[in-house]
Amino acid sequence: MTPPVIVGAGPAGVRAAQALVAHGLRPVLIDEAPRAGGQVYRRPPAHFRRTAAALYGTEATRATALHAAADALADHVDHRPDSLVWNAQGGALDVLRGGRIERVPYQGLVVATGATDRVLPVPGWTLPGAFTLGGAQVALKFQGCAIGERVVLMGSGPLLYLVAYQYAKAGARVAAVLDSARLADQVAALPLMLTQPSTLMKGAWYVAWLRAHGVPIVRAARPLQIVGGERVEGVRFEHGGHTRTIDCDAVGMGHALRSETQLADLLGCHFDFDELQRAHLPQRDAAGRSSVPGLYLAGDGAGILGADAAEWAGERAALALLEDRGVAVDADRARALERRLAGIRPFRRGLERAFPFPTDWAARADDELVVCRCENISAGQLRATVRETGADDINRLKALSRVGMGRCQGRMCGVAATELLAHACGRTVREVGRLRGQAPIKPVPLSALSASSALREPEATA
Amino acid sequence: MTAKRFVTDVAIVGGGIVGSSAALALRRMGLKVVLLERDLCGSRSSGVNYGGVRRQGRPLSQLPLAQRAHEIWGRLPELIGTDGEYERSGHFKIARSAADMVSLERYRAMSEGFDLDLELITGERLRALCPWLGAKAVGGSLCPADGQANPRLVSPAFARAAERAGAVLLERTPVDEVIGDRNGFTLRSRNSAGNTLEVQAPLLLNCAGAWAGQLAAQFGEPVPMRSGHPAMAVTEPLPHFMDWSLGVEGGGIYCRQVARGNLVLGGGSGLALDADRARSDREAITVLAGQAIELIPALRGAQLIRTWSGTEGYLPDREPVLGCSRTMPGLIHGFGFAGAGFQVGPAVGEVLAELARDGRSSTPIDAFGIERFAVPPTSPTAPMASAPAAIPEFSHR
Repeated sequence: MTPPVIVGAGPAGVRAAQALVAHGLRPVLIDEAPRAGGQVYRRPPAHFRRTAAALYGTEATRATALHAAADALADHVDHRPDSLVWNAQGGALDVLRGGRIERVPYQGLVVATGATDRVLPVPGWTLPGAFTLGGAQVALKFQGCAIGERVVLMGSGPLLYLVAYQYAKAGARVAAVLDSARLADQVAALPLMLTQPSTLMKGAWYVAWLRAHGVPIVRAARPLQIVGGERVEGVRFEHGGHTRTIDCDAVGMGHALRSETQLADLLGCHFDFDELQRAHLPQRDAAGRSSVPGLYLAGDGAGILGADAAEWAGERAALALLEDRGVAVDADRARALERRLAGIRPFRRGLERAFPFPTDWAARADDELVVCRCENISAGQLRATVRETGADDINRLKALSRVGMGRCQGRMCGVAATELLAHACGRTVREVGRLRGQAPIKPVPLSALSASSALREPEATA
Repeated sequence: MTAKRFVTDVAIVGGGIVGSSAALALRRMGLKVVLLERDLCGSRSSGVNYGGVRRQGRPLSQLPLAQRAHEIWGRLPELIGTDGEYERSGHFKIARSAADMVSLERYRAMSEGFDLDLELITGERLRALCPWLGAKAVGGSLCPADGQANPRLVSPAFARAAERAGAVLLERTPVDEVIGDRNGFTLRSRNSAGNTLEVQAPLLLNCAGAWAGQLAAQFGEPVPMRSGHPAMAVTEPLPHFMDWSLGVEGGGIYCRQVARGNLVLGGGSGLALDADRARSDREAITVLAGQAIELIPALRGAQLIRTWSGTEGYLPDREPVLGCSRTMPGLIHGFGFAGAGFQVGPAVGEVLAELARDGRSSTPIDAFGIERFAVPPTSPTAPMASAPAAIPEFSHR
């Protein structure tokens, strides 16, 4: 019998696997990383010796628990690490692993593909030494190294303060935290955020800790430029009507996260626009059922709700998969998970209020600003394309300008390009649409593809 | 419910390279044109095809049309305001056997007189000209003035040029209903906002590509057209090494290196998602990858970054339908280019404009008449040309 498959071994994927195993199934668990844990609880290589407390700080308990859960599953799941799902078609996933392609049929599929940083470019962001916040964090957690010795972290969102804390704790010098949100935003968000007091307290604690350790925090800061010749030398920003420059040798930047929805797209999920996240996201019900029968969505890959919610959603989605297979599940547990997930939504709205998306970014972006790194497409080129051709759809803009046509396929530049297009053509972000998903989700070597044409697995029998 | 009404000389259904270049040619003749496109002009097959601009290898029946197109391609900037990355880079058709060389030689002899200037290349000269070529290639036929262009830029640019010349382009406007009678045609459309729109014209050009069969059938001329979905893929940008656009005798892979450095690969068949959408198929991609490495071994280390497909109309003889309807006065067809419409598209547009204005074309098109698919006269139910009938709504995405 074809087993269920889970894509992504982060908080959602691990909890989904655990629930399936508890009901007697042996799922396939596919993940790009060598070890389970996801990005948020990313584990260092096995021989690294830093403690969980040093690696994850306040998140150590959760991280350790998730890793323990993943380790306990080792004999009960078909774990396929270092494996990239690059295509899906006809009831099977196409997976790149160790330079070879394999085809993984599934009966029931949980997509828990996680998120990457939502990046809004600033001049100089292509200099060596400029990272995303998530990238900066991965360097620390996975490689045990910092992106620089004197680091500026900027943008907005909870990750900003967490990364600052983790860097400072690890011994890096955090030259400044530049938050584009105003203190007033954070105060205004308090009533909503009080719905999750412990999470709120954790955020407040990071800020207090950073202040106590002399890390400058500048709110309502607007980054103007990452300065440098050969590499990052500083950040110029505007604050309170004044322009300042801080010296640094590395920058971590990001404005919260964006969902990795390409696989859901290739699988044929219907998408809706989510105003809160300014993004088109795959439809899912409270249990995680997508618009495609047998396909379940969990975690940040279907909408950003954070690691705790991902654990609950992963378990709930697995229970839905079981229910739909006719397996008896604990209905009370399922309802409790749904309640918790619903309960986190006010806090989620609060976060958006506390760290609002800088909706004026597109209006302020200079014509010279490079939006698409892969294809070196500037804001000015995008605006000219809109002006000359009347393009008012993101796929049309891609076709005419090459934005999003490079190696990242719009995963990094898509948000910025969409914002610029909407501003330039006078439509909303919803109306200009979303980049169509096209295989491969990430680049695949021709050698791996051609090797697989020699050995074809038989069609999966459903 | 706003109702908008256009009265024009010529209505065109379909804003691909054929419909758009027809609109441009008609405007240059001074005729009034309204073009209806259910999506965006040049966003379907015309905009996502391989981008080959090739005469070599076409059946002789198409060479006069291809020659006319070749001349138009040479004037692209003055005509549409951009070169669309068009380059007469050469098109090289590869032979993998002595038998392949024989058929390439035969084609060269047959096509003499059409100014293709084909040159057969083998042996040491072949290796000197293209050291990157794999061992299976034994020779090939070069058409030096054939080439390539960027379909994403060229096809929409024809539409914009037509618009600048005064054509009315109605994009995101699916045709819901066509009524034809002795007074001409009425086309109706309802957009997503619920607004209705009506176009009246004595002449109607059917340039709806893979979806043109419905309109033809409505006026009593059903055609055995099927939809095909060429599988396409592109590598990451690579250092420049190849000028020619490559094909293989007998079919299979084709590839070219674009100015940016990416290699565009095509071959095999993609997958229809529904009547409107298609994508590359996993089997096709893996076969394509194997063929690409066989053709150019150094591609072993390259990465594929994107795949796609489109929806093209194919008739059994792989020749298009181009000419006046035999059942409905004023209706003119131009569709079914079997995956090879990009190069001839601009000439087809001019031919359609001539047919609209003069009732005949200066380019021979006899091989493409729709009457070749006429139902035998014994058929008991020949549809009435004047019967108003609705086209089933094209679902729109």
